[in-house]
Amino acid sequence: MVKLLVDNIEVEVDEGKNLLQACLDNDIYIPNLCYIDGINRVSASCRLCFVDIEGVDQPVTSCTVRVEEGMVVKTDTPPVRRLQRTALQLLLSVHVVDCGHCPANKKCELQRIARFLKIGLKPKRLEQFLKEPGIDTDHPFLDYYPNRCVLCGRCVHVCRNSRERSFLAFARRGFDTIISFYGENEAPDLSCGDCFACVEICPVGALVPKEKEVP
Amino acid sequence: MNPAKNEKPRKVFGSICQEAEARRNAFKEAPVPKIHIGMATCGIASGALETKKAFIEVLAERNIDARIHSVGCIGHCYAEPVVIIDNPGFPPIFYHQVTPGKAKMLVKSYLEKGDPLFEHVLGAMEENDLIPPVSDFPRFNLEKRVVMEKCGLIDPEDIYDYIAEGGYSALVKALELPPEEIVTEVKNSGLRGRGGAGFPTGKKWEFALEAGKQDKIVICNADEGDPGAYMDRTILESNPHQVIEGMAICAYAVGARKAFFYVRAEYPLAVKIVSKAIQQAKEIGLLGKGILGTQFDLEIEVFQGSGAFVCGEETALIQSIEGKRGMPQYRPPYPVQKGFMEQPTVINNVKTFASIPPILGNGAVWYRGIGTENSPGTAIFSVVGDVVHAGLVEIPMGVTLRTLIFDICGGVPNKREFKAVQIGGPSGGCLPPDFLDTPIDFDSLTGAGAMMGSGGMVVMDEDTCMVDVARYFLDFTQKESCGKCTFCRIGTRHLLNTLERLTKGEGREEDLEQLRVIGEDIKDGSLCGLGKTAPNPVITSLMYFRGEYEAHIREKRCPAGMCRPLTAYYIDLDRCARGCDACVGCCPVEAIFTTKNRKKGVDQSLCVKCGECMVACPTEYNAVIKVSPPDLAPVIERPVDD
Ligand SMILES: Cc1cc2nc3c(=O)[nH]c(=O)nc-3n(C[C@H](O)[C@H](O)[C@H](O)COP(=O)(O)O)c2cc1C
Repeated sequence: MVKLLVDNIEVEVDEGKNLLQACLDNDIYIPNLCYIDGINRVSASCRLCFVDIEGVDQPVTSCTVRVEEGMVVKTDTPPVRRLQRTALQLLLSVHVVDCGHCPANKKCELQRIARFLKIGLKPKRLEQFLKEPGIDTDHPFLDYYPNRCVLCGRCVHVCRNSRERSFLAFARRGFDTIISFYGENEAPDLSCGDCFACVEICPVGALVPKEKEVP
Repeated sequence: MNPAKNEKPRKVFGSICQEAEARRNAFKEAPVPKIHIGMATCGIASGALETKKAFIEVLAERNIDARIHSVGCIGHCYAEPVVIIDNPGFPPIFYHQVTPGKAKMLVKSYLEKGDPLFEHVLGAMEENDLIPPVSDFPRFNLEKRVVMEKCGLIDPEDIYDYIAEGGYSALVKALELPPEEIVTEVKNSGLRGRGGAGFPTGKKWEFALEAGKQDKIVICNADEGDPGAYMDRTILESNPHQVIEGMAICAYAVGARKAFFYVRAEYPLAVKIVSKAIQQAKEIGLLGKGILGTQFDLEIEVFQGSGAFVCGEETALIQSIEGKRGMPQYRPPYPVQKGFMEQPTVINNVKTFASIPPILGNGAVWYRGIGTENSPGTAIFSVVGDVVHAGLVEIPMGVTLRTLIFDICGGVPNKREFKAVQIGGPSGGCLPPDFLDTPIDFDSLTGAGAMMGSGGMVVMDEDTCMVDVARYFLDFTQKESCGKCTFCRIGTRHLLNTLERLTKGEGREEDLEQLRVIGEDIKDGSLCGLGKTAPNPVITSLMYFRGEYEAHIREKRCPAGMCRPLTAYYIDLDRCARGCDACVGCCPVEAIFTTKNRKKGVDQSLCVKCGECMVACPTEYNAVIKVSPPDLAPVIERPVDD
């Protein structure tokens, strides 16, 4: 066990533990979207879980840090908040804010983080860019909404974990990056079944089970 | 590996050397002219294949015995196709822009009649009494060739050519030393990685060596994706063996038996030449099992990347070789801790590996004698854009930008003013004339807000719009972003959108602050080097050319007159010649009409601002005038009956 100081609170955690997880375990919330507990190599892609660590001159993502004895961590300094707010605003600037029609409403991580960072869901500072088309219905069991997706990659990971290779994959580049159903296959794979682990792990409402057709 | 066992390499190599020398002497001493033609991609693009064909044809036609020697690129792009003719009784002569017609003339006049055609000579390759040597010119004598020493002089497809010039002797020397000593020598040389970041190479190798007994991997990074940069391609096409030798020394030093050459598939000639070089090295026992009779094995595999810029980033590159999507990973662990398939992996740039044989051959002290204290050695730039002698230049570190651009490369052509130089590609910055006395080394360039990068350098004259340049680079980074992390994927999209609005005259006052703030956040917040540097072109141009941004926003004016929506063309009726129709025919949209007194006017509602009329207008009139903002153009009414 090692002791560290987070926001002036002393916490005791297992040595070598992931700092983000250590904070979450001790009820110290740090915004995050892409982090998955126990993963071998974290993705560190959502760029939200920044913290300040004494002796390090810039905010660092807490998911990529292992705890050390005597570490002094601050989760709410102005530089940390600045990066977190910008990251969230960037995500929201490409997000269709139509919570009333979204299945994730009220359990959506974006809503939670916006509330936590005290940011409106429709930030005025940035223009909005949306992708076309706004829905991909190619999959036999799922629909994908690129303008809800935060591209955290958790679905890709969980799918690969449950069957060794993923039926889901990142596709395209830059702003146009999306999650594709084709994965490593030629066509949406029917053998995917309907485990819906991807739907389960999605922090927003980007993957939605198709409504069963009523015969 | 026990170094005591490594006495054999020199003996085994001795017979290879004899073979190489015998071949070279046979070639050199043959009493016939030798024609060396630069056949790298740049030469071929300028017509070297046709030139070679012309030589072959006319030699056959005139029944002249001569040897044609295909060599790589000597770096003088402005002079392509380049031919060096070594005619017995004369010094070797460098000819520039040798078209097929010139090739035929050279054979008939020079080889047949002994007239070297002085008007086509650039210079002699050695001192003599007849022809001024090229070493009289700054483009040659201010260069210092370490990495490119043999480029353009040897046949890249013939390993013996390289060996005859001393090639692979550094590997032999290395094989006699214990690995630790090689690493120490590289450390002492102060060599810093030439792929951009300038990390000390010796230190990287030491980490790998210290990783213990497990198998290591060596990777040569030849992804080279910066727009306008082609140093690595040229080296691979001109002297692949120097890079392979460097990789072999590295593999021996750190304990690797497997290496990869990551070359982008868009470099087909480089892929071909490198593959052939590896094959040849294997055939004579310089690669493969039991190299030169030792117990050192090395397999080098060429991996063709599919040309994503981000795959040049080391962790993305490794993902790509592993068959995954090329997305950068969080570091640490660094590749040298856990790289390809979790094995410690040394990844270095082409130029870094190519620096190793000269360092080992001549010693660390010699290398430190070149360049500066903190950046020893040479830098290779592909200098392109608005510059007279464009091409590849290898200079000692510490030379100033002014010397490089004005003395070595001849400055800006067409009597234009120098405006800026973009260094370091899309991750670099644009420096204004005030910075021309900055020495070229890792730390000075970073200090100025630019970056050494891997060697792309674009010179820009007064007709360049800095807002548009920033837009161009952001368009590139946005398209090449892997899409993984929030700041890079979405942040660069916002920067690009704002820059696009500015170049269309739709900028707003608050845009400048927004560009800066978001730019800083992208730099601080991104996951990998691509995002961390992507805002640099915007941030530096905002810093050094702020007035230009303000003109776009406040006056809807593009000072360089390059942003089409902010410019207009009109015809000065005092200069326009009655009855002349030169501009009418070239206008693609029929925007030019004839006025009542048979002069010409531009219909602004139709004009697409291509500028063709300005080119077509005879110089004695020069009646077409370009203005910005567009409302400066006087209104000339189209006659009603037109
Ligand atoms: C977006 C990006 C692109 C890069 N592209 C290249 C490249 O094309 N060639 C290269 O050698 N290094 C490139 N690098 C740098 C590599 O990550 C790595 O630092 C380098 O290959 C290490 O070799 P060196 O120590 O010899 O410089 C790139 C880095 C980034 C962030």
